[in-house]
Amino acid sequence: MKRPEFKKFALAAAFAAFATSAAADELNICVEGAYPPFSEINASGDVVGFDIDITNALCAEMGNSCKLVQSEWDGIIPALLEGKCDAIIASMSITEERKQRIDFSGKYYNSPGRFVAKQGHGLTDSPEGLAGKVIGLQRGTIFQDYMDGEMADVELKLYGTQDEVYLDLVAGRIDAAFADSIAISDGFLKTDQGKDFEFFGRDYSEEKYFGVGAGIGVRKGEEDLRDAFTAAIKTIRENGTYKSINDKYFEVDIYGG
Amino acid sequence: MNFDLVFKHWDLFLGGVWVTLHLTVIALALGMLIALPASLSMARNTRFSPLARGYVYVFRGTPLLVQTYLIYYGLGQFELVRDSFAWPLLREAWWCAVIAFSLNSGAYTAEILRGAIKTTPKGEIEGAMALGLSGRQVTWLVLMPSAMRRALPQYGNEVVFMLHGTVVASVITIQDILGVGRTVNAKYYIAYEGFLSAAALYMIITFVVVRLFRLVEQRYLKHLNLENVSARKSDSETGEVPVAVPAMR
Repeated sequence: MKRPEFKKFALAAAFAAFATSAAADELNICVEGAYPPFSEINASGDVVGFDIDITNALCAEMGNSCKLVQSEWDGIIPALLEGKCDAIIASMSITEERKQRIDFSGKYYNSPGRFVAKQGHGLTDSPEGLAGKVIGLQRGTIFQDYMDGEMADVELKLYGTQDEVYLDLVAGRIDAAFADSIAISDGFLKTDQGKDFEFFGRDYSEEKYFGVGAGIGVRKGEEDLRDAFTAAIKTIRENGTYKSINDKYFEVDIYGG
Repeated sequence: MNFDLVFKHWDLFLGGVWVTLHLTVIALALGMLIALPASLSMARNTRFSPLARGYVYVFRGTPLLVQTYLIYYGLGQFELVRDSFAWPLLREAWWCAVIAFSLNSGAYTAEILRGAIKTTPKGEIEGAMALGLSGRQVTWLVLMPSAMRRALPQYGNEVVFMLHGTVVASVITIQDILGVGRTVNAKYYIAYEGFLSAAALYMIITFVVVRLFRLVEQRYLKHLNLENVSARKSDSETGEVPVAVPAMR
């Protein structure tokens, strides 16, 4: 490579690299899109919901411009690890198992898991009470971890998205579903298709399975970004931004104790 | 890369292989049952041929994924369907997949067979009639066996496509090979290991299927003398053009 253009090219490349690193304030945020009311696709094809509003509030607080990257739940951690995005804001619970792969900010909300079934189901939430029944849940969630760990004999049906779980619950293909209680109450029970359904059993929040609330996932080693998110969550909690977003969706404060 | 996680769940993958093979075989068998009358009626322009053509057009014209979604999530939306006699069947993801895959495979197989029937040398039929065979006998003892032989290479392709098409089952909760791969991926928050293992399993099965078809072709297409096709090209004595048989892919 002795051609003189090469020098120019190398210079341009070096400059381009410098320019992109200078513009690294742009953050790509992995979100999901089938988990109402936290994230869903609206009629015009945009992702909206609590997670999205929180994302925008945090980015504004941190002074970053953020780009939403929609990702399947299944592949959302690999997407972060491969650099397709810089953070995950998708109602992902902070668990020990996930911490082996990625790092988390502090929580931005916390709610227990619960079972839901059609009114008059007569089910109880014990391995015996669910024996011979089919429970539907989203693949790769804390709810699957719990069932695998504590009710391994109960038959599970695994779905790619929470929306599909609801579809099959309504269709009667599964006897009950196990998911986040807020997601169920606001994303399903309060909707027309969920009107004949109800919660049953206790609140599930054992830290071993359910972690300590939903946090923002970042790649390991990116402590600065992680801490920036944690600090931004604290700020929007204090300055009322969180409350106004919260109240847009929920009647109670979902941040948790 | 952490393939220990895959080996830890080898039993799941074994179950996935069983489900995939089971689905493929049932779909191909039912598809063949549909394809036999459909192809005959299309090739002969019978009263039912518009129906058969419409069916083939619809199922070749739409993606298998869409067909499966429509049957599984689509039909389940209607109270009418849920109250009907068919619901015990349609309730099960398994049967929805079987229905979708059979209809799909039936359409492709019908098209393959139609082509093969159309290219049957006239002399074969005339010979059979000269021997005094009845119309039905001509069809099932001469025409169809001969057409099915000639359709073998293309049908081998259809088998491989159907095998790969069964991955669609994994989107309606069936734990086929890909379904297991996805489950393992999701459980450990990995991406490559589950998919790569699934890919390897599909390749192994495909290899076996291709070998099997090659053996069957050697047996049933022997009269075409495949090894010497080029040598026979100049042979104009019989006036017969050697049939070029596409190689298996």
